[in-house]
Amino acid sequence: MIRDITIGQYYQTDSLLHRLDPRTKLMGTVVFIVSLFMAGNWLCYVLAAVYLALMIRLSHVPFHFIVRGLKAVVILLLISVGFNLFLTGGETVLVQWGIFRITLEGLKQAAFMALRLIFLIMGSSLMTLTTTPNQLTDGLETGLGFLKKLHVPIHEIAMMMSIALRFIPILIEETDKIMKAQMARGADFETGNLIQKARALVPILVPLFISAFRRATDLAMAMEARCYHGGENRTKMKPLQYEKRDRLSYLVLAAYLAAVIVLGRML
Amino acid sequence: MAIELKDVSYVYEGGSPQEIHALNHVTLQIPDGQFIGLIGHTGSGKSTLIQHLNGLVRATAGDIVFNGRSIYGEGFSMKELRSKVGLVFQYPEHQLFETDVLTDVCFGPKNLGLDAETIRVRAREALDAVGLDSSYDTVSPFELSGGQKRRVAIAGVLAMKPDVLILDEPTAGLDPKGRDEILDQVAKLHREQKITVVLVSHSMEDVAKYVDRIIVMNHGSVAFDGAPKEVFAHYRELEKIGLAAPQVTYIVHELKKRGFPISGDITTVEEARQAILQVIGDKI
Repeated sequence: MIRDITIGQYYQTDSLLHRLDPRTKLMGTVVFIVSLFMAGNWLCYVLAAVYLALMIRLSHVPFHFIVRGLKAVVILLLISVGFNLFLTGGETVLVQWGIFRITLEGLKQAAFMALRLIFLIMGSSLMTLTTTPNQLTDGLETGLGFLKKLHVPIHEIAMMMSIALRFIPILIEETDKIMKAQMARGADFETGNLIQKARALVPILVPLFISAFRRATDLAMAMEARCYHGGENRTKMKPLQYEKRDRLSYLVLAAYLAAVIVLGRML
Repeated sequence: MAIELKDVSYVYEGGSPQEIHALNHVTLQIPDGQFIGLIGHTGSGKSTLIQHLNGLVRATAGDIVFNGRSIYGEGFSMKELRSKVGLVFQYPEHQLFETDVLTDVCFGPKNLGLDAETIRVRAREALDAVGLDSSYDTVSPFELSGGQKRRVAIAGVLAMKPDVLILDEPTAGLDPKGRDEILDQVAKLHREQKITVVLVSHSMEDVAKYVDRIIVMNHGSVAFDGAPKEVFAHYRELEKIGLAAPQVTYIVHELKKRGFPISGDITTVEEARQAILQVIGDKI
């Protein structure tokens, strides 16, 4: 169960989307999200759906991988749909049941919100599925390089992000091991009330934290032993470079955003 | 017959293209009171195998019988099995979490639901068994040395008074002195308390001195199973699966090849010394 966590998971294959510069993909994701929030009517959502479907096709990532990310946000999705459904005021009342009232406007709002969230998760999963964590942080670092002038330690932030991503699978594996070790000593994580269950976690959390700290100090030492001292004057083995396909992608992206804006004004 | 594995298989990620057969139709008997060395290269399935023995991993196919009852049978208590089959994981010191040594060792027996006095007595006995006297009781486990931490962790499993003790690479990362201490203490436990011991290792050298029986795993199957002498006689085949017989075996075979009258089934340095002295003594 604990191995089902798929945050930042990468799907190894070769496709146009995999080969794109991470900055292009980051920008693409941002533009896609912005377009979702600018979408004002059904036409825009249809366009967004077609665009997303096209991108998924181009990525060669199996569809169920992309949908898997949705499982984690089902509750959030239900809550926001519920709120929109019941709390949106409006003229046309469809159903009235006590204090609960569903209006046509509310239904529309809830449907848009659901689509928006689903597309948003799918769009960003698509990015992490086609971009390795290293490329992603590289792209962030270079793409947000202009913030350096404002004294934002962008390299350090990017480095912390890539280390955090790298540590997720390690810590998951570690948790699994510690859980098994404590189960071998008769620990029970399944039975009991909430307080007992929470207390049963102590024998897992303490060793887990200790191991995380140990790994962190080891890593810090290893980095310092190789003279790491932050981003100053640091060069890259594979500097990011825009190719023709990236320039084309930006054009497609601009066309898509323009289409969403135009369609949004039409109805 | 204490533990019996009947045609046990285990498959990771079953059904997907990355399907891994960690265990392939393993059939084994582990009788009471044996000291067994379980040997295999990394990824040979030995760690998966031992996790089956106390029910932490459930076999995809096959059955495991403990004292005559199937552990997958209806109403079988996994908790009881885990108290009878003690499993010490690799780097067990990573599982310590209490504020002092004695309380940490008490964790196992406490989970068995024993009364406070029995728990304390058992914890103390277990610590004695691994050679830590009562001056360590109130020390934080995190202030101990690596070897001491590991002994505390082993005591944590011993305090449950298991009939079978399984140790996964108990000497990994220890210096030669720490290694000998741990193995000597395990051998003593086996001798004095008559518990069954399964020692997992990738070093033939380590186990040759102690065990009655060696099981060699390769690609999820049992490759060899027998007394150390029988298994080491296959030292050429062992090399092929990434293992080696103890160095002394090679010396003995080399001596034999050059015409020195010595038996080929010697497995420990002590035996070799005696045999060589005997031959030389005969000549003088």
